[in-house]
Order: sequence, then structure tokens, then C-alpha cells
Amino acid sequence: MGDKVLMKGTEAIGEAAIRADCQCFFGYPITPQTEVAAYMAKKMPELGRVFVQAESEVAAINMVYGAAGTGVRCMTSSSSPGISLKAEGISYIAGAELPCLIVNIVRGGPGLGSIQPAQSDYFQATKGGGHGDYNMPVFAPSSIQEMVDLIQEAFDVADAYRTPCMLMGDGMLGQMMEPVEFHETARRELPKKDWAADGLRGRAHHNVINSLYLNPEELEQHNLHLQEKYQQIKKNEARYEIYNCEGEVDIILAAYGTTSRVCKNVIKMAAEEGIRVGLVRPITLWPFPNEAFEKTVEHTKYGYLAVEMSAGQMIEDVRLVVNGRKPVGFHGRMGGMVPNPEDILAKVRELALEGVK
Amino acid sequence: MALTFEKPKGLTDVPTHYCPGCTHGIIHRLIAEVVDELGVLDKTVGVAPVGCSVLAYDYFSCDMYEAAHGRAPAVATGIKRAKPDATVFTYQGDGDLAAIGTAEIVHAATRGEKITTVFVNNAIYGMTGGQMAPTSLPGQVTETSPYGRNTGLAGYPIRVSEMISTLDGASYVERVSVDSVKNVMRAKKAIKKAFEYQIAGKGFSMVEVLSTCPTNWGLSPTEALTWLRDNMMPYYPLGVKKDIGEED
Ligand SMILES: Cc1ncc(C[n+]2csc(CCOP(=O)(O)OP(=O)(O)O)c2C)c(N)n1
Ligand code: SF4
Repeated sequence: MGDKVLMKGTEAIGEAAIRADCQCFFGYPITPQTEVAAYMAKKMPELGRVFVQAESEVAAINMVYGAAGTGVRCMTSSSSPGISLKAEGISYIAGAELPCLIVNIVRGGPGLGSIQPAQSDYFQATKGGGHGDYNMPVFAPSSIQEMVDLIQEAFDVADAYRTPCMLMGDGMLGQMMEPVEFHETARRELPKKDWAADGLRGRAHHNVINSLYLNPEELEQHNLHLQEKYQQIKKNEARYEIYNCEGEVDIILAAYGTTSRVCKNVIKMAAEEGIRVGLVRPITLWPFPNEAFEKTVEHTKYGYLAVEMSAGQMIEDVRLVVNGRKPVGFHGRMGGMVPNPEDILAKVRELALEGVK
Repeated sequence: MALTFEKPKGLTDVPTHYCPGCTHGIIHRLIAEVVDELGVLDKTVGVAPVGCSVLAYDYFSCDMYEAAHGRAPAVATGIKRAKPDATVFTYQGDGDLAAIGTAEIVHAATRGEKITTVFVNNAIYGMTGGQMAPTSLPGQVTETSPYGRNTGLAGYPIRVSEMISTLDGASYVERVSVDSVKNVMRAKKAIKKAFEYQIAGKGFSMVEVLSTCPTNWGLSPTEALTWLRDNMMPYYPLGVKKDIGEED
């Protein structure tokens, strides 16, 4: 290990999952993530592992439900319209508390939309998407290296808390090539999967994988248990990067994924004009890293600027944590358009001036 | 006194919630007996559907899953692929298998998934209170076909066994009934064969069981059996629809 290779995002996802001991992959083609399935179709059988091309995303996520219930590591991958179809299964998986990984390489929407990169599935990923009171950890890498590292982490978090986890990238991250290094990360100690239903095999009681509680009191208890777990995840698993926010800065950008890379360029360009700009980059979108904003809110003179490839979805979470203490502005593009640095810089200038006034 | 009739090991000691005269209970028992006789209880995993048998996971003593409406064959696929040595069955009603889950059953069969499906056809949606099913007969009065199933508007019933038997991945497909002692015995033989085919790795196997829903048919248990014989059997002829026998 420790070998540096040039890889396309979607293929790196496959390789990282394999190295994280993923035993089963169930998928269905959709641009811009189809190469994940193609990579797995080639590699998994070579390793004696499982690849199935399902008849639909609905079937694929239910195959994940079946395999995850037996206690093996498994995953599926898709892009926006496919994730909408998986919403049913994700809700059941959250309800039955099964660990698995769901990859969403987001494209423009709504509807069939486009095949270009977007971040417009933020609400869907972080606020449910399927029915019922549930959440799932959502990891949003900004480079292929980080994507690779977070896949191992996402599988571990899934096992640690018995929860589905999502890795959310965008079409840009999926399609570009970057050098990546696969290294053994420090693994956390994971609980035994004694709840798995893979045949009694000598066990005295039968295990049941289920999300049905006909008695409302029991269901409420189950929901309270889930909420307790989500609190633990919020406490322990929020991740973020704070970049260039030391001392006092004029404006802090809030961006994740591809957009955060564009923002790093903006920071350089702004510095040349004497405007000091920082960046808060959520790495987990749920749990949202409130702490990163708490830590920086006193440092920013004119507040925050959320930059997104959406009409403004993450900005709601930024505003919640900033809670009126500083202004929170917004710049976004939609439909598969990536915000360009000049436009963001113009917005930064505008806010800085407004702030001065 | 010698015990002559015992609860199979494959069933738990929980009383079922089925209506009086409903044949779901008989079908459960047949599966449990087969699992016992084949000696596979220890590695059997069942998948319950959405429908009246939604609580089947409480009644079978093997490991069980509850699947989303219609998705049992996909769930079973995931289980079997992850644990190829497990004996995996789905238990599904006609709404579950032939309406919302048509894609899942057709593709599990066509992939030759090494699982066994027990398909309980009672020509109606039981659990939601008697709506038209894909298998409701022409002219059949249900909650959502109050004037009788009009084939011009609602289409025709699906003969699931005939349809599945056209798929190369299916190894064994038989339609049976549990309306009489003789037919119950035949049904058990068919279920046993279906499990044996799975265990032998021959591909997808399915047994369709004609079943009653006295409650939603608005009939007494005995009238329901007569209705099944007079109306369902002519439309859904019993017998083996596909059997690859000794072939691989
Ligand atoms: C997605 C979804 N749609 C609808 C339902 C409601 N529903 C519950 S049972 C059922 C019909 C079941 O009928 P069938 O499969 O024929 O089984 P039976 O009750 O007759 O044994 C429906 C539509 C559901 N639970 N989930
Ligand atoms: S409603 Fe019909 S199918 Fe359901 S338990 Fe009662 S008789 Fe059986």
C-alpha cells in the first residue's frame, strides 16, 4: 500500500470500497457514476465477491438491505434520479438499522435534469429524502484522495452506529482524474454484528430484520432510540475544514465539494486585492459541523457567503447556526453550472463594500 | 399418550393473527414442515412481504426479514448473494408480487436467483381491506371494482406461474391449491421440491398457492373453499408449469 496512482473519481470509489472490505455491490447505470458499477463488475468477481446489476435502483437498494442484514459490508451507487428511487429503501434501512454505503454522484435536477455536476440533492441527503424521522451521515469530499479516505470512514461509521451512510460527490468529482494514495487508516473498534440474520447456525433465537412496529408506543420507543443515536453521531462525527480564518477576516465562504475548490481560488484572488477571505468547508453535511461556524463567527467582519451549486440549500444550515449574529449571503449556480471564481469574487467585493457602508 | 401431531420446529409458538378460515396459516405450516424435513432450519432465511402475512417473521423460527411492499425478491437476492449457503425463501401475496413487485419477481426469476418463492394468490388485497388485485377475476366485485372487474378498464388477471415459467432462469414453477386435504398434500410436495431445487443450485423456484380470503370475499370459510374451486381453479389451472428436472 501507500502507492500513488492516477485515478478517475468513480473508479477510485470502487477501489476504495474494495479495500474497505466491501463484499457486495448492487447497482444500476446512470451518468455520471456508471463507471463505479463497471469497475465493480470487473474487480469484485476476481476477488470472489458479489456484483449484481439490478433491474432498477429500487431493487439495488433492496438487495443492499438483504445483504446488509446478513452482516456483510455492502454498497450501492447512483446519481440523483436514482437516489430518489432508492429513497424508499434508505428509509427501510435506516428503520431496520442496517449499515451500508450509498454513493450519490449528484447531477442537475429536478427531474431528469442534466448530467452535469450539481449540489441540489443537499436537502434530500441531509433532511431525510425518504419518509419518517431519520437521518444518515453524509460525507462530502472535495478531492479524489479525500473521497477514498472517507469511504473507509463511512463504512466504519455505518458499522459503528448501525446506520446507512452516504458519500455525496458531484459529477465533477466523479469524472475528473487525480493522483490518489491508498493507505491503511487507523480503524476504530467496531461492535459485533450479533443482530445479523444469516441463518440460525446454532443460535437459540431467530434474528429479524425489520422496521415494522404496529404498536405506536413501541414505534415511538424505536424512534427515540434512533434519535438518541443521531445525537451521538452529531456529537462525535461532524467533520469540517477551516481554511484561512486565522485572526480577523473580511468574509468567510461556506462551501463543500467541488465548490469549495473554486472558493480556495477565490481566496487567493481576493488576497491580491487586499480582501481577506476564509473558508469553512463542511466535510460531513449531516451532521452539519456547527462547531466550525461557532469557532469562526467572531473572526469574520462582514459575515459568511454560502456558495453552492443549488438554489441555496446548505445556506439554511449556515443561517441556523450563525443565528443572526453575522450576515449570511449567497451565491449559487444551478442546472449543472459550476460557479466561477470571478463571480464569487464580485459577490465578495459587494458584501465587503456593503459591510463597510 | 403418544404425541401424533406436533408443531413443526420451523414455527414459533406464537398464535397467528389470520382470520378464521384463512389459508395463510396452512401454507406457513407446509413451509415449516418442509424446512424441518429437509434439515435446513439452521441456515434458512425467510423474507416476509407487505400484506396479511406481514408478520410472518414472528411465526417462522428461522432468521427472517420484513421487506418493503413488493421488494422481497430483491431482498432475498441480497441475502443469497451475500450468504450463498443459506436457504432463502420469500413469502408473497398477489398484490405484493404481481403489482408493486412485478419487476422484482420477474428479474429475480430471470437471473435464476437461487431462492424459492411461495406465492399466495387469493385474488384480492387482504390486508388493506379487499381491493382489486392483479389476480382478481373478470367480474369479481372488490372494494375498488364495485361493479365487478371490468377487463376493458382494469385489464385482465395475470397468470403469474405461466408468465414466470417462460423465463429461462426459472427451474421449477408449479401452481397448487390448499382447498382440500389431497391438494394440501400436493402443495407440500411442490414446496418441498421447490426448496430441493434451490438447495441443488438449480435456479429460481416458485410455488403459487391458490388461497382463500373469506373475510374480504364476504364468504364463510367453507363457501370460500367452494368459491376458490369454482372460480379460481378454472382461471388458474393447477399443475407444473415448468420443471427443468435433472437438467442443470
Ligand atoms: C409502498 C406501499 N404501498 C402500499 C402499501 C399498502 N398495502 C399493504 S398490504 C397491501 C396489499 C397486500 O395484498 P396482497 O399482497 O395480495 O396480500 P394479502 O393481504 O392479500 O395476503 C397494500 C397495498 C404499503 N404497505 N406500501
Ligand atoms: S383478510 Fe383475508 S387474507 Fe387476510 S388474514 Fe383475513 S382472510 Fe386471510
